[in-house]
Amino acid sequence: MADRGHDHVHASPVDEDSPHSYHQTLEVAVRELLIEKGVIDADEVRAAVEEMDARTPARGARVVARAWTDPDFRARLLADAPAACRELDIDVSPAQLTVTENTEDVHNVIVCTLCSCYPRPLLGLPPSWYKSASYRSRAVREPRAVLQEFGLDLPETVAVRVHDSTADLRYIVLPQRPEGTDTFSEDDLAALVTRDCLIGVAVPRVTRTVAEPASP
Amino acid sequence: MPRFATGDRVRVRAAHPPGHVRTPYYIRGRTGIVERICREFGNPEELAFGRHDAPKVMLYRVRFSQSDVWSDYKGASDDTIDVEIYEHWLEEVANG
Repeated sequence: MADRGHDHVHASPVDEDSPHSYHQTLEVAVRELLIEKGVIDADEVRAAVEEMDARTPARGARVVARAWTDPDFRARLLADAPAACRELDIDVSPAQLTVTENTEDVHNVIVCTLCSCYPRPLLGLPPSWYKSASYRSRAVREPRAVLQEFGLDLPETVAVRVHDSTADLRYIVLPQRPEGTDTFSEDDLAALVTRDCLIGVAVPRVTRTVAEPASP
Repeated sequence: MPRFATGDRVRVRAAHPPGHVRTPYYIRGRTGIVERICREFGNPEELAFGRHDAPKVMLYRVRFSQSDVWSDYKGASDDTIDVEIYEHWLEEVANG
């Protein structure tokens, strides 16, 4: 093997500064080999990271806001989420996206007990708590306690429906449109839909702006 | 052709084979209702070993009552958990 003069290990700009774990080291080694052998190039890696970072929960919020304002779109979204997202120029492939709708009687929560399957095309990278052993085990075993710790206290009259993303489907929650939003534009509505609402550990709320007292 | 229909009662096999299995431990041996037939997908137990030409398998979403899954479940009796399960992990349950 040719000596490339690498007498020291230097971090690539796409790597984190912190010391690498076993699996990060493995990923770096495989990536460097693939680049060295010409299978992929560094620009492709950079572009893939850029594309991943460009996905944010704002995409999911756009889909929800459209569903709230257009009942026909909502019906299409529930029937075939990937096709409905394509109408908004959002490509959710290869995820088999499935939308679970909250109602007066049902609240949905998403988890992946086996690893960290997450609707990345619509929400971007999962928060670290979504990947924690605590969330993954407790969300299925005691979902109401977990929701309470997130500040969501649901009455017994609302059924909690947990969805474990064990195989090929990915889920987002379609929350209920909050009261008092009749005059909201689609963009205003989208701003109410946070990442956690789309995972199902929170519900959208209209934050009331408290009027500033008039200055004397 | 799917072996099970939406609404069928099914039991998850209480098996513990080695390999890359996507059937969570907590749901093995439990009985639920087929919520929907997803479609055929590659079998992860084969794909994990690079066998990409292995036959595809039907995937279902099965809904379980939480109180059937956890004997000490604290929550409403209507609370459920939906899990995606491949056909070869499901067994028929006699009605009645």
